[in-house]
Amino acid sequence: MATLSESEQRVWTRKDLIGLDELSRDELEMILDTAPQFLAVSERESGIKKVPVLQGRLVVNWFYEPSTRTRTSFELAAKRLSADTLTMNASASSTKKGETLHDTLYNIEAMHTDIVVIRHSAAGASRILAERHLSHIINAGDGAHEHPTQALLDAFTIRQHIRRAREDAQAGLDGLRVAIIGDIAHSRVARSNVWGLTKLGASVVLCGPRTLLPDAFTKLGVDVTTDLREAIDGADVIYLLRLQLERQHKCLFPSIREYIRLFRIDNESLKAAKPDALVMHPGPINRDIELASEVADGPRNVILEQVTNGVAVRMAVMHLLVNKPRVAA
Amino acid sequence: MSIVIKNGHVIDPASNLSAPRDVLIIGGRIARIDTDLSGSEVFDATDCIVCPGLVDIHVHFREPGFESKETIATGSQAAARGGFTSVVTMPNTEPPIDNGGMVEFINRRARETACIKIWPAAAATKDRAGAEMTEMAELKAVGAVAVTDDGNDIASSWVLRRCLEYADMCGLTYLGHCEDTSLIQNGAMNAGLNSTRLGLAGMPKAMEEIAVTRLVRLAEMTGAKVHVCHVSSAGSVEIVRWAKARGIRVTCETAPHYFTLTDDAVTTFNTNAKMNPPLREAEDVEAIKEGLRDGTIDCIATDHAPHTPAEKDVEFDYAPFGIVGLETSLGVVITELVEPGILTMEEAIRMMTWAPAQILDLPAGRLEQDGPADITIFAPKEEWAVHPEAFLSRSRNTPFTGRVLRGQVKATLCDGRFVYREA
Repeated sequence: MATLSESEQRVWTRKDLIGLDELSRDELEMILDTAPQFLAVSERESGIKKVPVLQGRLVVNWFYEPSTRTRTSFELAAKRLSADTLTMNASASSTKKGETLHDTLYNIEAMHTDIVVIRHSAAGASRILAERHLSHIINAGDGAHEHPTQALLDAFTIRQHIRRAREDAQAGLDGLRVAIIGDIAHSRVARSNVWGLTKLGASVVLCGPRTLLPDAFTKLGVDVTTDLREAIDGADVIYLLRLQLERQHKCLFPSIREYIRLFRIDNESLKAAKPDALVMHPGPINRDIELASEVADGPRNVILEQVTNGVAVRMAVMHLLVNKPRVAA
Repeated sequence: MSIVIKNGHVIDPASNLSAPRDVLIIGGRIARIDTDLSGSEVFDATDCIVCPGLVDIHVHFREPGFESKETIATGSQAAARGGFTSVVTMPNTEPPIDNGGMVEFINRRARETACIKIWPAAAATKDRAGAEMTEMAELKAVGAVAVTDDGNDIASSWVLRRCLEYADMCGLTYLGHCEDTSLIQNGAMNAGLNSTRLGLAGMPKAMEEIAVTRLVRLAEMTGAKVHVCHVSSAGSVEIVRWAKARGIRVTCETAPHYFTLTDDAVTTFNTNAKMNPPLREAEDVEAIKEGLRDGTIDCIATDHAPHTPAEKDVEFDYAPFGIVGLETSLGVVITELVEPGILTMEEAIRMMTWAPAQILDLPAGRLEQDGPADITIFAPKEEWAVHPEAFLSRSRNTPFTGRVLRGQVKATLCDGRFVYREA
């Protein structure tokens, strides 16, 4: 009987998911390959969207920043895995005066947690927790550092479409061109996507106003341009970031009007892209600012599929971290 | 009662002495430096270097106001363990050292609790707010050795100019914490590839260099004597080199971490690698070394900045800036500058004794007959590993944990008394 080769015998080993910067391509693919079975759970014809993978486990959603999409997605993911869930909305300002981050987690852990999902405004918050605490830590966004599950669900969504379009169940992201457009400087989504996409074989071009596009990104193996047409020319995926509107008052761009003029994706600017290019957005969208309604409601956008896949990918991550299963290649 | 330090190699940069000598101490003063001396108590300094007590012109002892981080007592013990007998304390205490009474408070606490010599620097502006100048003549009269708003730069060029002129009249050197905070207000580390990668707000080198340029230009305009604190970037070294060539009265210091570490030390979100100015990049480390070699950088100071473990054990953005340095400085200098041949031992000792003492005209940093017996004895080849839990400082915030250093202090004498002796 043939033994499985090492690459076929993939076993998840990490305790935590902090960022995609530290993951190998193999690890990224293990997560993507684990997600479809959980997508199937959510789409069961029976309507019973639950499996006992984390039965009896406690998942704490610990959010220092307001979030609807990510928080509910994690909460649903945990519930569909049959875990008990607890959501804690904390405010960073009150914590600064009182209990430290570590002390708060010690208190949470005293209630026997298994997974702690944390969103925090300070870069590195999840990492410093992961190094010291026993719980599995999942980074749900830390400052401008990383948002790994977002980039994973993005890669999963792109892969799903490529496989469908090419009618090839093994197709990956190799050779694809992804344009990420918007406020790159402040975006953890952009950073995690740079790591995820480039490791999976895609090439990335970052585009936005010069003031929101740090020069150092050119050293990270990606292209950088301030010209929207150049960015989307030949792109397979056009990925828009949400514009924080208040940044115009910090002298980072002059006005929404001018931002629209240079960077909005609408049917006109989309002419430079491939006809079958996907349009993606991590949400929530600023309708008619970074994304024209005609595109937001048009045939190319896969924004709601991203949301659907988000639950499945987060289920996969929780399953891998806690159960450390073997994953078939 | 006399003490003789025997069999050591004496280095005194002020007198260009570097030779096997004994040192005889009587009544807290150096009685003789010669061969074959004897005294009632003998300290055997075989295989050791005997040099002037080290001088650090940039430390934060946190008293009054932040005694849980450090006090004049604990800071001075840490200094003695590191081989220092003279330190200049920064005025960013609470309340700040911005009037004569506060300088007298420091002097009194030093008399009561310090085992080494404390030379207070006073604030240049009231409450370190950058608006109104302090009473510098009185500050000088009660013992302030310099003025500085260290921790803050003086944002207004008008105020800075007037402070320089007035300080010059009073015979006080201005110590410049050079930082244009209008360039970025909540920076946490050096701006560059690592900050981009980590998603932390970056502090560009230009923040420091703009302020260094402004300071040397104002020094030129006013003729005042200025000293640039904690130079961290290649550009700052270049500006000071240019200013010196132009004849501007400027001196500068760097700290051991700036010629040893880069911002790679931050990539684990290690708050003990967070200080201001921040750790820079490899090219800056090289430029700092070159500046030390060619004399652009006059001296080495630690910017000893204690913070409690709890204050540092937080999210990177929330951690205070600063690291301790007194107990590792000599070891880092020997390991990173002397061993690789960037400085000779004599040059290194000069930059930690006579050179800083001269900048602020301190009666310290040399071995002189009839002068104070402030003496450091260290084994230059002896290796030791940095264990912060063994520090005499009240704080532990060092980026050098676990690092093996060469150069172990065996004993430190201040006015002829052993203020530190290796156990």
